[in-house]
Amino acid sequence: MNFLETLKTGVSSILTHRLRSILTILGVMIGITAVTLTVGLGQGAQGQVASEISSLGTNLLTVTPGSTTSAAGIRGGFGSASTLTLSDANALSNPIVAPDIQAVAATNTRSGTLVAGNNNWTTSVVGTFPTWLGVRGRSITQGRFLSASDIANQSNVVVLGSVTAAELFGGRDPVGQSVNIDGVPMTVIGILNTVGSSSSASATSSLDDQAVVPFTTLADEIVGGPNRDSLSSILIEARSASSLSAAYQEADAELLALHGITLAADADFSIQSQQSVLSTATSVDKTLTILLGGVAAISLLVGGIGVMNIMLVSVTERIREIGLRKALGATPRVIRRQFLIEASILGLVGGLIGVALGIAGAVILPHFISNPIKLSIPAMAGALVVAVGIGVGFGVYPAGRAANLPPIDALRSE
Amino acid sequence: MKLDDDDSSLSMALQQESDNKAKMKPVIFVDEIRKVYDSGAVKVEALRGVSFQIEKGEFVAIIGPSGSGKSTLMHILGCLDVPTSGRFELAGEDVSRMNEEELAAVRNRRIGFVFQQFNLLPSLNAWKNVELPLIYAGVDATRRKAMAIAALSRVGLGDRISHRPGELSGGQQQRVAIARALVTNPALILADEPSGNLDSKAATDVLGLFKELHQSGRTIVLITHDREVAAQAERTIAIRDGLIGTSLEEGGSR
Repeated sequence: MNFLETLKTGVSSILTHRLRSILTILGVMIGITAVTLTVGLGQGAQGQVASEISSLGTNLLTVTPGSTTSAAGIRGGFGSASTLTLSDANALSNPIVAPDIQAVAATNTRSGTLVAGNNNWTTSVVGTFPTWLGVRGRSITQGRFLSASDIANQSNVVVLGSVTAAELFGGRDPVGQSVNIDGVPMTVIGILNTVGSSSSASATSSLDDQAVVPFTTLADEIVGGPNRDSLSSILIEARSASSLSAAYQEADAELLALHGITLAADADFSIQSQQSVLSTATSVDKTLTILLGGVAAISLLVGGIGVMNIMLVSVTERIREIGLRKALGATPRVIRRQFLIEASILGLVGGLIGVALGIAGAVILPHFISNPIKLSIPAMAGALVVAVGIGVGFGVYPAGRAANLPPIDALRSE
Repeated sequence: MKLDDDDSSLSMALQQESDNKAKMKPVIFVDEIRKVYDSGAVKVEALRGVSFQIEKGEFVAIIGPSGSGKSTLMHILGCLDVPTSGRFELAGEDVSRMNEEELAAVRNRRIGFVFQQFNLLPSLNAWKNVELPLIYAGVDATRRKAMAIAALSRVGLGDRISHRPGELSGGQQQRVAIARALVTNPALILADEPSGNLDSKAATDVLGLFKELHQSGRTIVLITHDREVAAQAERTIAIRDGLIGTSLEEGGSR
C-alpha cells in the first residue's frame, strides 16, 4: 500500500468522522490563536514602551555634578557649588577628544517664576545652547528656537513648553508676547512640541512644562556672580545607539582628566543614560510577555488535552476497524501510518486556522483596544509544532497499541 | 502484500498459483496442532493435537459447541493466530511459523473472511468496502473498482454498489462481505457463523450463495455451532474439548 493510498484513506476517514474532526481542529485552533495573540500583545506592549522611551532620546547621556558612588548616598561632590563648568562642556564637544559624541548641550536649570499679565507660573528655567533642541530630540511647533546670535547677544528671549505657554497665555498666541522671568523681561520666540502623553502625568509631562532661555542670558541676567558658568547638567548625544557606550567612555575619561581625578570612584560627576531606563522597562515587559505566554501555554495544553481525549476515544471506537483492516491484510505499519497521517492533518489544519485567526485578530483587535499587537513568528511556529506534536503523539500512541493487538481481539471488541 | 505489481491479470495469476500448488497439496493441511493459552497462573489448552486436511473445492463445516476450541481453530486457519505447536500449511505454504508481516500478506492473498458481524465499514459504500483488501494488495484504483463491482455482481448486488451498509438489509450486508471475501480470488473462504446474525430467510439465502460458490469450484470452510447450518456443507468436522470428534459424517451432503 503506497503513501498516496494511505493519504487518501486518512483524508476520507477525517471527512467521514466530521464532528470528531471538527472538535479536534477546534481544540488545536483555540490553543494556537491564544498563543499567537497573547505573545503578540506582550511583544506589542514591549515595542510601545521601547518607542516611548526612545522618544526621550536613546542616544542621550546626562552628565550631572556630584558623586553618586556611595551606596549610603553621603558623598555629594563639593557642596552646592557645581563641579561642572562650561569649559567641561566645550571640551566634550571637541570631535578629536570625543569622536563618538555628536552634540553637546550644556544646561543650567533653576526654578523661576514667570509672570505674564495677571498670570504667574513657577517652572524650571533652562539656560542652554541651540544644540539642546537636537540633543533632546525636540522640535518647535511655533516660532523658532534659540539661535547662535541669541547666545552671543545675550538676547532676552524665551522658548516655552506647551504646558507653560497654556498656563501663562491661555488660548492666546504666545509668540511675540512678553513674559517676566524672576523680574527680567523676555520675549517669547517659540513653542516646543508636546511630548508628554495626554493621559499620563508621568515624567514625560514635565518636558512640556519648562522655559528655555539662552545660556548667556541666564548666566548674566538671572544667576550672576561666581557661579554663572557652573552647569546643572551636560547633555550628550552619541552618534548612534551602538556608539553610546563609546561616548560614555570618552566623556568619562575626558572629565576625569579635566578634573584631575585619577580614581574613577572619586569622580565628582556621574553619567546616566536613558538606556538604563529602557532596559528596566524592557525587563518589565519581558515579565509581562512570560506571564501572557504562560497563560497561552496553558490554553495550548488544555487544547492539547482535548485533542488527546478525542484521539484516544476515536482510536478506541475504531479498534474494530483496525482489526478488520488487519484481517484484510493491513500490516501494523500501515495502520500506524494511516493514524499518523490523520492526526498530522488534523493538527496541521487546526494549527494553520489558529495562526490565521491569530493574524486576523492582530489586524482587527487594535481597532478596538489601545494596545498594539506585534506578531511573533517563532511563537507561531512553535505553537504550530506543538499542535501537530500533540495530535501526532496522542493519536499515534494509542493507534500503535491498537495496531499491535491480535486482529481477532480487535475484531471482537465492542 | 507483494501481489503482482504487474497487475495485467491479477486474479488469473493468483488462481494459477493456487491451482499449481493445490494439484500437489491440499488447501488446508493441519498436523497435530496444539494451542495453549498461558495467562500466567492458568494454562488453558484450547487445541490438543488436531489433524485434518481439506482439499481444493471442498465445502467443509467445522462444528462444535462453545468452548470446544472451534474459534481457536478458526483463528489459526485464518492466519489470525499461530499454533503453539504442530504444522499448518495453507495452499502448500507453511504458515505456522510466519511473523506478523508475512501473516498479513497471507491473509490478504489467500483467505477471504466472512464474519458473523459482517464487519463492513459503515462510512464506506458497498464497492469501497469490497475493494479494501485490494488496496492492501497494491492494486491500482481503476482495476480495484472494476474488480469490486464484478464481485458484487457475482453475489447479486450489481445494482447496489453505491449503497452504504446502513442502507442495506442484513442479508445484503452479508453478501457485500462475501463479495469482499471473493474479490482477491483467495484459496480459501473462511466463514465464521455467517448466518448467525440473520433471519431465517436471509440465512437460507446466504447459505445458498455459499453452495453456489462451492459449485463453481471455491474452497469454503464454514465454522458454526448449528447442526442445521453445518448440514449444508458436504463434509463436517466436529470438534469437542480441543480434539476432533468422532461424528465426522454426521451432517453429510444433501
